[in-house]
This record gives sequence, C-alpha cells and structure tokens, in this order.
Amino acid sequence: MSEAVIHEEHHDDHDHKPTGIGRWLFSTNHKDIGTMYLVFALVMFFIGGAMALVIRAELFQPGLQYVDPVFFNSMTTVHALVMIFGVVMPAGVGLANWLIPMMIGSPDMALPRLNNMSFWILPFAFALLLSTMFMEGGAPNGGWTMYPPLTLQLGNAFPFLIFAVHFLGISSIMGAINIIATVFNMRAPGMTFMRLPLFVWTWIITAFLLIASLPVLAGAVTMMLTDKFFGTSFFSAAGGGDPVMFQHVFWFFGHPEVYILILPAFGIVSQIIPTFARKPLFGYESMVYATASIAFLSFFVWAHHMFTVGMPLAGELFFMYATMSIAVPTGVKIFNWVATMWRGSMTFETPMLFSLAFVILFSIGGFSGLMLGITPADFQYHDTYFVVAHFHYVLVTGAVFALFAGTYYWLPKWTGHMYDETLGKWHFWLSTISVNVLFFPQHFLGLAGMPRRIPDYSVQFADFNMISSIGGFAFGFSQLLFLYVVIKCVRGGSKVSDQVWEGAHGLEWTLPSPPPFHSFTTPPQVTDATAHS
Amino acid sequence: MSDAHSTYFIPEPSRWPIVGTLALFVSFVGGAIMLNGSGFGTFILGLGVAAIIYMFSGWFADVIAESIAGKYNQQVDVSFRWGMSWFIFSEVMFFAAFFGALYYARQFSVPWLGGEGAKLLTHELLWPEFFADWPLMVIPDLEAFASSLYHEVIPAWGIPAINTAILLSSGLTVTFAHWSLKKNNRKGLCWWLFATVLLGFIFVFLQAGEYIHSYHELNVKFDSGIYGSTFFILTGFHGFHVTMGATMLMVILARSIKGHFSEHNHFAFEGVAWYWHFVDVVWLGLFIFVYWF
Amino acid sequence: MFFNKLRNCLLGAGTMFSLLWAGAVNAEWGLNMTPGVTPVSQDVYDLHMLILYVVTVIGIIVFSIMFWSIFHHRKSKGAVAAKFHHSTFAEIAWTIVPVLILVGMAVPATKTLIKMEQTGDADITVKITGYQWKWKYDYLNEDLSFFSVLAQDSNEARQLGSNIDPASVDHYLLNVDQPIVLPVNKKVRLLTTANDVIHAWWVPALGWKRDAIPGFINDNWAIIEKEGTYRGQCAELCGKDHGFMPIVVKAVPEDEYEAWIEDMKLAQAEAAASGEREWSKDELMAKGKDLYAKNCAACHMAEGQGVPGMFPSLAGSPIVATAEGLPDHIDRLLNGKNLMPAFGEQLSDADIAAVITFERNAWGNDTGDVVQPKDIKAAR
Ligand code: HEA
Ligand code: HEA
Ligand code: HEC
Ligand code: CUA
Ligand SMILES: [Cu+2]
Repeated sequence: MSEAVIHEEHHDDHDHKPTGIGRWLFSTNHKDIGTMYLVFALVMFFIGGAMALVIRAELFQPGLQYVDPVFFNSMTTVHALVMIFGVVMPAGVGLANWLIPMMIGSPDMALPRLNNMSFWILPFAFALLLSTMFMEGGAPNGGWTMYPPLTLQLGNAFPFLIFAVHFLGISSIMGAINIIATVFNMRAPGMTFMRLPLFVWTWIITAFLLIASLPVLAGAVTMMLTDKFFGTSFFSAAGGGDPVMFQHVFWFFGHPEVYILILPAFGIVSQIIPTFARKPLFGYESMVYATASIAFLSFFVWAHHMFTVGMPLAGELFFMYATMSIAVPTGVKIFNWVATMWRGSMTFETPMLFSLAFVILFSIGGFSGLMLGITPADFQYHDTYFVVAHFHYVLVTGAVFALFAGTYYWLPKWTGHMYDETLGKWHFWLSTISVNVLFFPQHFLGLAGMPRRIPDYSVQFADFNMISSIGGFAFGFSQLLFLYVVIKCVRGGSKVSDQVWEGAHGLEWTLPSPPPFHSFTTPPQVTDATAHS
Repeated sequence: MSDAHSTYFIPEPSRWPIVGTLALFVSFVGGAIMLNGSGFGTFILGLGVAAIIYMFSGWFADVIAESIAGKYNQQVDVSFRWGMSWFIFSEVMFFAAFFGALYYARQFSVPWLGGEGAKLLTHELLWPEFFADWPLMVIPDLEAFASSLYHEVIPAWGIPAINTAILLSSGLTVTFAHWSLKKNNRKGLCWWLFATVLLGFIFVFLQAGEYIHSYHELNVKFDSGIYGSTFFILTGFHGFHVTMGATMLMVILARSIKGHFSEHNHFAFEGVAWYWHFVDVVWLGLFIFVYWF
Repeated sequence: MFFNKLRNCLLGAGTMFSLLWAGAVNAEWGLNMTPGVTPVSQDVYDLHMLILYVVTVIGIIVFSIMFWSIFHHRKSKGAVAAKFHHSTFAEIAWTIVPVLILVGMAVPATKTLIKMEQTGDADITVKITGYQWKWKYDYLNEDLSFFSVLAQDSNEARQLGSNIDPASVDHYLLNVDQPIVLPVNKKVRLLTTANDVIHAWWVPALGWKRDAIPGFINDNWAIIEKEGTYRGQCAELCGKDHGFMPIVVKAVPEDEYEAWIEDMKLAQAEAAASGEREWSKDELMAKGKDLYAKNCAACHMAEGQGVPGMFPSLAGSPIVATAEGLPDHIDRLLNGKNLMPAFGEQLSDADIAAVITFERNAWGNDTGDVVQPKDIKAAR
C-alpha cells in the first residue's frame, strides 16, 4: 500500500483492476463498493422479506399456528431493523457510490479507504445482530424502536443489539462524511451547486441528516446500555429519570431517519421522470428548497410518534402543527413531478412505471401520514395497523419502489446490457397489484381497532388479514422475478449505447456503458448546456 | 492533464479498512460477551482493542508516508478537512443526546415526579414523599438504586473551575503552537504542543481525583440516581475524549519533533487542534450546565 | 392495452376508497373508525372523516391530472415535449393553497385536543395499572381494587397448537374474567400507570388511548353516553403476551353501578376472611390450579416447563420440588425477583398458599406439602 502511485497516465490507456477476492475486500473503488452495497441490500431484502412472510403467515388466520409470541415479536423487530438498516439505507448509499462521482464528474469518492470501511462494517454489524437469533432468550423482541423498560428485559441478546446499532451508526456516519466531502470538493469545473443533478442534491441533504441524527441514536442506546449494566437511571422514574425520555431521544433520531430513507428516493424519481417525459424537471430550484425544508423540519416533529405518552398540551399542539407543515414542501415535490409529466412526451419503460407508481402510492402513504399527524385522531390511530399501512406505503411503495426504479434505470449503464423489458414490466405489474392487496386492507384493520405487534387477533379481523397475507406472499414471490431480471442482465443481454435512454441527460450518460474503472480521470467541463437541469 | 482533478490521489486497495472493521467487530463481540458476565469476553475485547490500535497505526503510517511522498495535493487536503470537520460535528451530536437527557431530567422528569405541571397525580399517588430539587439529592425510590443518599455535590468553583482554566489555556497553547508552525518555528511548535499535552493530562488527572472524591466521600456515583447518571455520562465521555485528544496530540508532538509538517502542509496538526477545541467547548457546556447552574 | 391496465388499477384503487366510504356509512362493517360513545369520541371521529375526505379529494385531483397527462401526453400518441420548466405563479399557488387547507384542518383539531385535556372535576376516578400481562383497576373513591386478565377460554384457545377454533370462543381474545364497570353519563377520570413496562390502555369506543408508564401517571376522561359493553386491548408492545391483555368496559346505569360496587366489596371481604381458616389440600389444589393458569402460565407455561433462557421451569426446580426450597418459594411469590413479578400485593394469603401448594404437587413435583394461608401471612 505504501507504494501507491498516482495513476493519471496509467488509467488513461487501460483499466487497471485489482483481481480476486482482494478486489472486493480491499477495494478503494467507488463502483466496486457501490456494487457490494447493492448486492448486500438485495440479499438483506430477502432475509428481511422472509421474516415479513413469517409475520404474514402467522397472521393469515386467527389463533397461533406456527410461532410462539416471543419469536413473533423478534420477527417484527428484526424485520424492521433489517429492512431499514440493511436494505433501504445501504441500497441508497450503494446508488450514491455508483452515481455521485459519475454525476459530478470526479474520478472517485473523496475518501476511498473510508468508503471501503463504511461498507464492510455492514455485514459484520448484521452478523452481530442476526447471531442473536440463536441466543438464549431469543433475538431482540421489543420492537425496532427499542423502548425501555421492555427492551431492558432482553436476555443475552441485549448488548449485541446495542453494539450492532453503534456499529451501523459508525458505518452510516462515515458514509455520510464521504458523500459530503465528495460533493463539496470533487465537482468538475463548471459543476455549480445549482447544476447538480437532483439525486446528488437529495444525497447531500440526506448526508447531513445522517450526521446529525445517528450520533443521537448512539447516545440513546448508550444510555440504555448503562441503565442495564451500570445501574444508571436515565429511564427509570425510581431514580429520577423517565422511560419517555428514551422515546424523545430515539425519535429525535427516528423521524429524520425516515427522511433519510425517502430523500434519496425522491432524488431517483426526479432523475427518471424527466428522462421518460423528455422534458426538463419542472421547478428544479423549488425541488432543492423543498428537499432542504423537509430535512430542516424533520428535526422538529419527532414527538408525533409519542402523542399518547401524555405530553403537556402545548407540546402536543406544537408537534401537530410542525408535522402538518411537512405536507407543504412534500406537496411541492409531488406537484413538480406532475408538472414535469404535463405536456411531456412520455414512454413507459419499467423505471418510469415504478416512478409513476411511486408518485401515487407514496402520496397515499403521505396522506395517511398527515392523518396520523392530527393529534386527537392519532390518539385513535396510534399503534394500530393504520400506522403499519402508512409506513409501508411510504417505505415499500415509496423507498423500495424508487430503488427498483433506479435499479432498472441505471442497470444498463452499470452492466452495458439492457435488462429484459418484458420481465421488468411483469415485475412491475405483479408488485404493484400485490403490494396494494398487501397493505391497503391494513388501513381498515387499523381503523377497526387491530393493534400492531400482536401475533394473534380476534376473529373480526380475520378477513382483511387473510387478504393482506395473500398479497404479502404474492408480493414476496414477485421479488424473485426481480432477482432473476437483475442476474440475467448482469450476465448478458443486448448492448446499450452510452446514453442508454433517449431522454437521459447528465454526465453519467456521457461515459461508456459500462463505465471505466475510475469514472472521470480527466474532469469534464460542465456548462449550462451539458448540465442536467 | 495539468488540472488539479486529474491528479486527485486515489489510494491503491488497502487492507486497513477491513482490518479496522474486524477489529471493531471483535471488540464489540468481546464487549457484549463481557457484559453478559463472562470473563472470556474481556479477553476478546482486549484483542479487539489491540487490533484497533494496530489498525490506526498502520493506516496512519500509510497516510503519513503518502503525505511525505507528496502525493496529496491541495484538493486531497480539502477532502480531509471536510471529513474531519463533519466527524467533529457528529461528535457534537453525540454529546447533544446526553445534554438532552440532562435537560429533560432537570426540566421535566424530576419536576414532574415532584408534582409540577400536569403531573400532580404522579406525585400524589406514586411518589408522595419525593421532593424535587436539583442537584437531586434524594431520589424517588431509595430502594431501587444502590447508593442513593448523598449530601453534597462537587461545587463548581473548586477543581471544576480550575479545570476550566486549564482547558481554556490549553486551547491557547495549541493556537500558539499553530502560530509557531506557520512561522516555521519548530522549537516553539514543539514546546507549545508539549504544554498542551501536559495541560490535557493535568486536566484528566484532576478529573480522576474528583471522581475518587465523589465516589468515596460524596457518595455521588454512576448508579446513584439521575444526577449521578447524567453527571458521569457527560463528564465521563468528555474525559474519554480529552484522553483521546491528548493522545492524538502526543502523536502530533512526536511527528513535530521528527520534523514532519511544513508551514503550508499540516492538516494532521490542524485536525487534531480542531478536535482539541471541540473538547474544550464541550467542557464549557459541562461546566455551565453540570457544575454551575 | 397499457391504458386498460392503468384504468383497471385506478378502478381498483377507487373501489378501495369507496369501500372506505361505505364503511363510514355502516360502521358495523369494521372498515372504519368507530364513532364511539362519548362526546370526545364523536369529535375525534368527525375530525378523522374530515381529514380523510380532504386528502381523498386532493388525491383524486392530483392523480387525475397525472393520469390525464399519462394518457394524452404520451409519445405513442405523437405528443411532442414542451420546453417549459418553471412557473412562478403555479409554484406559489401550490405552496399557499395547501397551507390554507392545513390551517382549515388545524382549527378543529386544536379545539378537540383542548377539549380532550379537560380532565378536571370528575365524578369517579379509576386508576389503571398495567402489569405484564393484566390490568389492575383501583376505584380511588371506593377503596375497591381488582385485577382483570384474559378470559380462560380465550387463553386456552390461543396457545400454540391448541387446535381450538377461535371462532368457537366467545369474543376470542377480547374477553376478560373481571370487566371494569362504569356508570353512564358520569364524568369518569381514568388514570393510567404501569408496574413493569409501558402499556397503553385503549378502548376505541372512548375515543382515545393513553400510555401507561411505570413511575408516572397520565390522566384522561370519558363520559359514556350509551349503556353497553366496550372492548379494547393493550396498545403498546409490552412483551410476550402483549396481544393477550384485553380490556372490557361495562357501562351501566348508576344504580346498577352502585350495586356492583357493593357486591365487589362484599366478595373481597369474604376472600380476605377465607385467609383466616385452615384449608384442605383438595381445596388448595383446585384453587391453585385455577390461579396458576390465570397468573403464572403466561411465563412458566401450562405444564410448568417454562421457556428456556427466559422463564425457569418449575417442574423439578429445586425451589419448587424440594422441601428445602419452600421458604425461597414463598419469597419468590411475595417479593418477586428480576423478571418474576412480586405477587404479594396482587394475591391474597389464601391465593398464594393455594398456588404454592398446587405447584409443589403438580407436574411430577411430589413434595406433598400443604401450605396454609397463615404460613404466608407469617412470611409477609
Ligand atoms: C419513508 C418513510 C416515511 C415518510 C416519508 C413518512 C412521512 C410522513 N409521516 Fe410517517 N412514519 C414512518 C415512515 C415515514 N413517514 C414510519 C416508519 C413510521 C412508524 C414508526 C414506528 O412506530 O415503528 C411512521 C409513523 C408516523 C407517525 C406516528 C404514528 C403513530 O405511531 O401514531 C406520524 C404521525 O404524525 C407520521 C406522519 C408522517 C407525515 C405527516 C409524513 C409526511 O412527510 C408526509 C407528507 C406527504 C404528503 C402529505 C402527501 C403529498 C402531498 C401533497 C399531494 C400536497 C397536498 C396535501 C395536503 C395539503 C394534505 N408518520
Ligand atoms: C423499508 C422498510 C420495510 C420494508 C421493505 C417492509 C416490507 C414488508 N413488511 Fe414491514 N415493517 C417495517 C419496515 C419495512 N417492511 C417496519 C419499520 C416495521 C415496524 C416494526 C416494529 O413494529 O417494530 C414493519 C412491520 C411489519 C408488520 C407489522 C408487524 C407487527 O406489527 O407485528 C408487517 C405485517 O404485515 C410487515 C409486513 C411486511 C411485508 C409483507 C413486507 C414486504 O414488502 C416484504 C416483501 C417480501 C419479500 C421481499 C420476500 C422475498 C422472500 C421470498 C420470496 C422467500 C424466499 C426466501 C429466501 C430466498 C430466503 N411489516
Ligand atoms: C412475567 C413473567 C412471570 C410470571 C407471570 C410469573 N413468573 Fe415466576 N418467574 C419468572 C422469572 C423470570 C423467574 C426467574 C427469576 C430469577 O431467578 O431471576 C421466575 C421464578 C419463579 C420461581 C422460582 C423458580 C426457580 O427455580 O428459580 C417460582 C417458584 C415462580 N417463579 C413461581 C411463579 C408463580 C407461582 C407465578 C404465578 C402466581 C409466577 N411465577 C408468575 C417469571 C414469571
Ligand atoms: Cu400491555 Cu401491551
Ligand atoms: Cu415521524
């Protein structure tokens, strides 16, 4: 390593790729690291999804059929942790790794070794977390929100859970620092901030959210650790603390976290819709400001997750108003996307289909979010399946659909091959129909009074649960098709041009497909004409 | 090819990140096993920590070698600066969580338990004997925590004030060191750095004395209720950061003595100096909110 | 063809929404929130419907514009892309209009919320304490208190592999052994707190839920305007049997309520008196078996086998199955240990004597011990 050299000449004539397992273990290349992130996320998606299917199987009909309640609670908890920290966040960082250097015209990420470490922490952190499934007392089962005192009752898994969270936090913070350093310091000449593709913008803002919120989560779980092992009383009234204090600290992280999951998705969709509408993104600047406002506001709404803990009235009012206000910048984004389509010249390839579904289904999730934000109504909705329906609309048909869209959109660029469009469309239609069968009835269940996080329910909820479970299995198995399409595309297919999509603009489309090992060894000169917007 | 971008230094594949990952992993596994009550875990934790130290020294040795070989241009330097400053910001947010806990305990949970605000019934029905006060001398449930009765807390205007003065002056000495460096005054640099490290360790030493005092004489402990909890988690993590900062300063001192750094190229020095200032500022927060008011 | 697919999809979504509408008209369908039986619950329901209508209308407008565009501005129809990418007017309009809509929602929401916080001058105050996994009710003005757990038939049916059809059980999972009885048309103040972890007390018909937090008391209120039986559940994950700690509220006329209070007090006095006499082994065993199923089986399981790594097995345990273990056994029950709750306050001397006697003579434990209430009294 110490004999590292500057490769300007080197790279110009041929790609000098390290080989073997070392290429991946020691990688300092943004594309290889991006690929590892994406593959990791895909694997974890099936693990987290399999857990979701355990949940749906148990809830298929009333009565306990397959698993005992403790294991059920572990499934709920670990499913959520895997999906959030193991799927959506890594996939977002994977896309950032692949795309940001190509989009801003730089050779690589600013801090390549750090980049490697942010990735490799993930499999080890999940090894820490998932190993708890085999421990006495079982895996974490107090919900992904880890509220004390319940989570303090956890057995041997407890310190593993806490340290896994610390470990994941370290990874995310390092990744975020890298993205900030890259975007602020590595832009090609002429690539001003207001010429950045929206995906890059959403990622800078996400990176700030990460850096500001994850350390707070680390602090929260650290206090829990000392409460359990060193006799502190942060979360115990007997010593002058308060269990609710944990919830405040957790949600100070937790709410920004949900925007960490969705902002990159906004970025992806903002790249795709203009491409297939063949029309520039409507309201580029207001998109940037709206994203920044959402991020800013996200730090002042956390207590909408805890309306029922008995806060003083003034607090409840403040958090209700702040929560409602987020609908305004989010609305701006939705309207801008619709206006981008308006009088465009649209075609409907798979990435576009997923983006259109995103706009509609995310909005539905946003609408239920707004309903949850109305404090008195939330007194009824809270901790029911209405909430479960809300967040799966924004997470699955929001974040995950955008990730599908992005994968289809950039896969030809990454591999140099076109994916199978027919199968892509099948994947889209199967997913979109089944996911609604899966999650829409959960609104009704919640309103009718079914609490969340229960392994069994009274018979009045039987019908909708059965429908939901059927949708769940259909949706789950549809994803095997996705896996197949991706593998097929990686292994071969018709060659694509550099630009791939007729309407695509931006620096990444000026590179060959697949792009060279180091993206831009000679920085391109960016002008208004070549900039994305 | 004369453009700065084309010469941006992309390191060759490196084994340090994966070594670091493994080292952290081993430490966490060891720590968890240890906390679950097996001495074996302590041993694994020790291995992990040793591996972390090995990783840091190896990784930084590479970086230093690269830096001395002149592979870093201005732009790489700027990347490091962005990296370090946002790392420090993440540390600020880590402390914010504990300051938040302190604020919450003082403004909400303790007064509520004492019957203030909307929680009168909490007091009347559950903790009728409890009297809300800060610093909290008598906790609501005396049986729940091991050592819950104490009569005194550490007064702000004793050692803590002296420690404040020490840390503030160490902030000055490190700035003087920087000035010396910029004037290429190697001797001044080394002496001012030495003074900074010395002040840092005096701080830690005095702080340790305070801990012993509060454990043995005042009976203020980590497990003596919310006052002790917030006090020790804040000052404890701060003390840990001071120790880390002082260690990093020692490395910088050693490098300065060896003749590293030039008046234009000394990011490592500045990064550590920023870190030191950060530790300083956190202490001011502590002094004001933990000791003084 | 493509358009047909989209239209079908839209129709599907439309059907779903109209279903929700129908639900509003006919609450029995179990599709929508209940309007409940208190003034507050009615307000909350109205608020819920208001926001639901507003977002549905917004959704229909936005999605219609989008589909219009998808249909007409498609390349296959020869649409040529326009060049515009900006309109200050539109952008200002779609910032301000949503703000106004939100203000329109915030006003009734604020009013309802303020009303919900008026917990003062109640006629009756009940303190509700969540335990893993049961509720305790203290009638503060009456010196009456009791526990309420999942009804026995539901409890049997809900065991893994019980092979009992839930549909055959009366109010499966929503029935308790001892409901809480409240008078109609009185302002009842309900205080919530917990003994171990956080629970949440929720009866949808009252229009709210409130967390029960150990060490703190939350308050809320209700005026039930209609006689009837209202069911709810714990609504905060509280561990293994979170799904199995239902709530049943019976709202009755005031005189019936008074009579019920008297009956309860009488029954409790009798139970207390029974602790004074000697009990036969059979009596103790029968009572102990019942109590065990109700209070202990949740953790130590029906056959006393426990859950490895979490709850110790009582069959063959040195504390339960040997004579030397007796003092420890009594102590565990009275004072608890770690996750083992203290039952000293929850159960009477006779109860504890019965359950201990039962444990020491069941599942292959054959100490032959008979523990009398007075032994427990002595150990307290
Ligand atoms: C990607 C993740 C994501 C996103 C984007 C959101 C977005 C929002 N969420 Fe959601 N939320 C979650 C993930 C997310 N949420 C999760 C995971 C939970 C549960 C956590 C747990 O307990 O486990 C949760 C829970 C949750 C709660 C707590 C519920 C409870 O437990 O009782 C609340 C309450 O206010 C809420 C509100 C909102 C709001 C107001 C938005 C807004 O951002 C939505 C804004 C969007 C729109 C409103 C639609 C588009 C707008 C227009 C078309 C403009 C015009 C509209 C109007 C004027 C109405 N969410
Ligand atoms: C990004 C986040 C994300 C995603 C993508 C999902 C995806 C899914 N979720 Fe998730 N969920 C959460 C985040 C997410 N969820 C969170 C935060 C909670 C709250 C947890 C808590 O309460 O603490 C939750 C809780 C939750 C519940 C409530 C549990 C409870 O309250 O007890 C349910 C129930 O239906 C559910 C179902 C599903 C389903 C069916 C999917 C589907 O979309 C999954 C799709 C399925 C697959 C992709 C499976 C593919 C696998 C196969 C086809 C089998 C082959 C297997 C192998 C090869 C190994 N989820
Ligand atoms: C919330 C779960 C829970 C419930 C309910 C519960 N127990 Fe326990 N019990 C435990 C746990 C956990 C322990 C282990 C305590 C320890 O040693 O840390 C335990 C220990 C015991 C022991 C000592 C066993 C041994 O070998 O150490 C006895 C006896 C016992 N319980 C009896 C009962 C009886 C009788 C009841 C009902 C009246 C009951 N328990 C209800 C959780 C429970
Ligand atoms: Cu009690 Cu959930
Ligand atoms: Cu939120």
